[in-house]
Amino acid sequence: MATAVVTDTGERENYLNAGHGPKSWLLTVDHKRIALLYLISITFFFFIGGFFALLIRLELLTPAGDLVQSDTYNKLFTMHGQVMVFFFLVPAVPAVLGNFLIPLMIGAKDLAFPRINLLSWYLFIIGGLLMIFTILSGGVDTGWTFYTPLSTEFLKTNVVSAAIGIFFAGFSSILTGLNFIVTIHRMRAPGMTWNRLPLFVWAHYATSIIQVLGTPVVAIALVLVVLERLFHLGIFNPLLGGDPLLFQHLFWFYSHPAVYIMILPGMGIISEIVCCFSRKRIFGYKAMALAVLGIAVIGFLVWAHHMFVAGISVYAALIFSLLSYLVAVPSAIKVFNWTATIYKGSVTYQTPMLYAFGFVGLFTIGGLTGLFLASLGVDVHVHDTYFIIAHFHYIMVGGMVMAYLGGMHFWWPKISGRMYPEGWGKLAALIVFIGFNLTFFPQFILGYMGMPRRYHSYPPEFQILNVLSTAGATILAVGYLLPMVYFMWSMRYGKPAPPNPWNAAGLEWQTHSPPPTFNFDEDPVVTWEAYNYDEMGEIPEKPEKEEVPVAH
Amino acid sequence: MSDHNSASGHTSEQTPEHVSEHISSVGSSVTIWLALLAGTGITVAAAFINLGPFNTIVALTIATIKAMLVVLFFMHVKYTHEKMTGLVVASAIFWLFILLALSMADYTTRLWR
Amino acid sequence: MHTSQAAVDEHAHENPALLHHFATEEQQKNAASLGMWVFLAQEVMFFGGMFCAYLVYRYKYFADFGSASQQLDIRLGAINTVVLICSSLTVVLAVRAAQLGKRMALVFWLVATIFLGLVFLGIKADEYAEKFEKHHEKFENHHDPGASFSYHELLPSQEKLPEAERQYADPHHAEMYFSLYFAMTGMHALHMIIGVGLFGFLAYKAWRGKYGPDYYTPIENAGLYWHFVDIVWIYLFPLLYLIDRHR
Repeated sequence: MATAVVTDTGERENYLNAGHGPKSWLLTVDHKRIALLYLISITFFFFIGGFFALLIRLELLTPAGDLVQSDTYNKLFTMHGQVMVFFFLVPAVPAVLGNFLIPLMIGAKDLAFPRINLLSWYLFIIGGLLMIFTILSGGVDTGWTFYTPLSTEFLKTNVVSAAIGIFFAGFSSILTGLNFIVTIHRMRAPGMTWNRLPLFVWAHYATSIIQVLGTPVVAIALVLVVLERLFHLGIFNPLLGGDPLLFQHLFWFYSHPAVYIMILPGMGIISEIVCCFSRKRIFGYKAMALAVLGIAVIGFLVWAHHMFVAGISVYAALIFSLLSYLVAVPSAIKVFNWTATIYKGSVTYQTPMLYAFGFVGLFTIGGLTGLFLASLGVDVHVHDTYFIIAHFHYIMVGGMVMAYLGGMHFWWPKISGRMYPEGWGKLAALIVFIGFNLTFFPQFILGYMGMPRRYHSYPPEFQILNVLSTAGATILAVGYLLPMVYFMWSMRYGKPAPPNPWNAAGLEWQTHSPPPTFNFDEDPVVTWEAYNYDEMGEIPEKPEKEEVPVAH
Repeated sequence: MSDHNSASGHTSEQTPEHVSEHISSVGSSVTIWLALLAGTGITVAAAFINLGPFNTIVALTIATIKAMLVVLFFMHVKYTHEKMTGLVVASAIFWLFILLALSMADYTTRLWR
Repeated sequence: MHTSQAAVDEHAHENPALLHHFATEEQQKNAASLGMWVFLAQEVMFFGGMFCAYLVYRYKYFADFGSASQQLDIRLGAINTVVLICSSLTVVLAVRAAQLGKRMALVFWLVATIFLGLVFLGIKADEYAEKFEKHHEKFENHHDPGASFSYHELLPSQEKLPEAERQYADPHHAEMYFSLYFAMTGMHALHMIIGVGLFGFLAYKAWRGKYGPDYYTPIENAGLYWHFVDIVWIYLFPLLYLIDRHR
């Protein structure tokens, strides 16, 4: 490594110690600092969303609706959904890991538009404050989907502030996507051709396309909801000639691709982890890159499968059903290729790899159940039941959140300059896996047996499965709390990380941990292919003595 | 995909030749302007002639021609060296088309038996 | 002083407009340009949602939309279209002036664009005012959607029929038209206001001599934005003002 600069206190200058005080953080344009600002914000919202989830699971312990009233329960599942989707799942990987890593991975000093990057964060915060205001002023109970005319005509709750809050979060996400697209096109280091890009970057490129082209449509849908609510326009009101399904078309035109915004970055993470811990180049690099683009494009053609029983024409339903089967193909290709990469690889089971294994299995289950739902006949039976809930939680939580945690563990040394305690990492991963499956597998059965979603009371024969699910949720909560604790512990007491603790391929590992403000001591020039693990050795042995938390 | 140059660029042999940007001539700009005005006039005039279902088609066709003139000439898409610009424009139009076409696929077939 | 810091200092000497994370001005210009086009792509989808709503209801309620459309003043709509087309020309000439380093011409054309934009907005405001309170001889028409909306107009070409057989437009469907009219032209006007503000800011900086052949990216990109807003109107005009006019 070339000569690094040294600060006044004698330690190497890096993005964390370059500049102190609130202004240096709140007015930063360094993509790495902005990533940390996002990390704090989305973690905060994750816990709010999780809090609502725990209340839901608590209510569902007993068949009677006895913990909260039904109106309150409506607010619980609405707020859980809105906070989790718009303020955690959509921004989490792109705004934290994407922001931090993309310039490093392509050899750039920063994103193309650093000030717009900071603006993105502030827009997110404004949206978040509006959402908090909504929660504190009594919450909103439209369901996360804001269906009309319930949201425009009949509810007294704060639909407007929730809608505007999500509008701001959406605008934040559009600008992030715009930033990534331009960065990946224009800021790659010499020699970093498209064929050498890490799949993490490809995944974020595809995600950004969706963010830019899809989010504006839900934005305008929410604007129309607000206008209708304020001025009683009737665009979505059947009594005035409006069609409630028009809202659903505009809403789902974004919200289906939105699920790909949530999962594609996670898939990018898994590709990086799987290659590193199998010590192998990814199987089928081109197919993997084309697959994420394919998912992004085809994902825009399937939205009305959320509306099969809403009243759309059956001919349109047939078209959307066929297209929905199609979108499974590129996802399946990715699962096959990860499997082929691991096969006959030199596999080790560090924490990130445990999360990756969890991802591949759980995403596959979630994805396969999606195929059931693409079938019109099955969907008519299980729509609006817990089967749907289990399906998307398998992908969102079993897939996306595990990928996010895997990525956080994998890149934690780079971000913080510290190693997390590996033993605790493995334990937390195991707890998350067990807790997750206990929470959500029973819900497949519940849904198939007919338990509807969004109800806080249910027939007594469903209780045992609900109790299992709630038990799982508490275990899952412990699994999520553990990394919070030991990541923060590691900031102070963790082993200082070398530049490349995993001996991983990728430009981000060619610089210090944590990186200097302008990322590299010298502008990199790339002369090697991606995932050149055949030229690299094994992962270094872990130290003899594990750092254990010490009580002070 | 175009491989760009982000070399340090301080040495003259590494600095790429500055790609000359197209400078519109006053004449060509005024010509396009007149074409746009003519299009507007034709649209208004055609609106008062009964063409049955073709009224809408004529109006939208003229609007699209006008829009293309603005995009290609006023927005310099015809003269740019960047392939990405055309791709972005085409993508936006295509995506809008997806939204309109698939939504209308529902509305136009609802009353079919 | 380490490599990165030295590089930063060298950059600063090259061109004050060059930002630290770009290697060359070319790269910076290309990035800004691509960024603007990507932004316009999302704007297409943003307005596109409203065009979708419009398309759906025009398909469903074509005759009623025709009746409502004829309540708009086609002359004002046409004049506004001409105004915007002229403003696109002034924008093109402004970019040209910047490319040729003609500072006063640049300022002039920017101010001309602002002026035309304000003319457009003024005419629009007049149209809106007329819609809010429209008095006919016999009936009081409020054309702004909402609680006080009332509409009692014939469907197109019904005047030819004897009075007893004439059909009136469904007021709910007419209200749908006006809701979309206000939403779409209102959103368009909002974008015009932002554009006018943007050009005002640029005109000031241009007057201070910030732009020339070496650096005129903000002018060019603001121009792209303005042309886009013009294109939206190019579609809004026939769709809103010219339905069934021949009847």
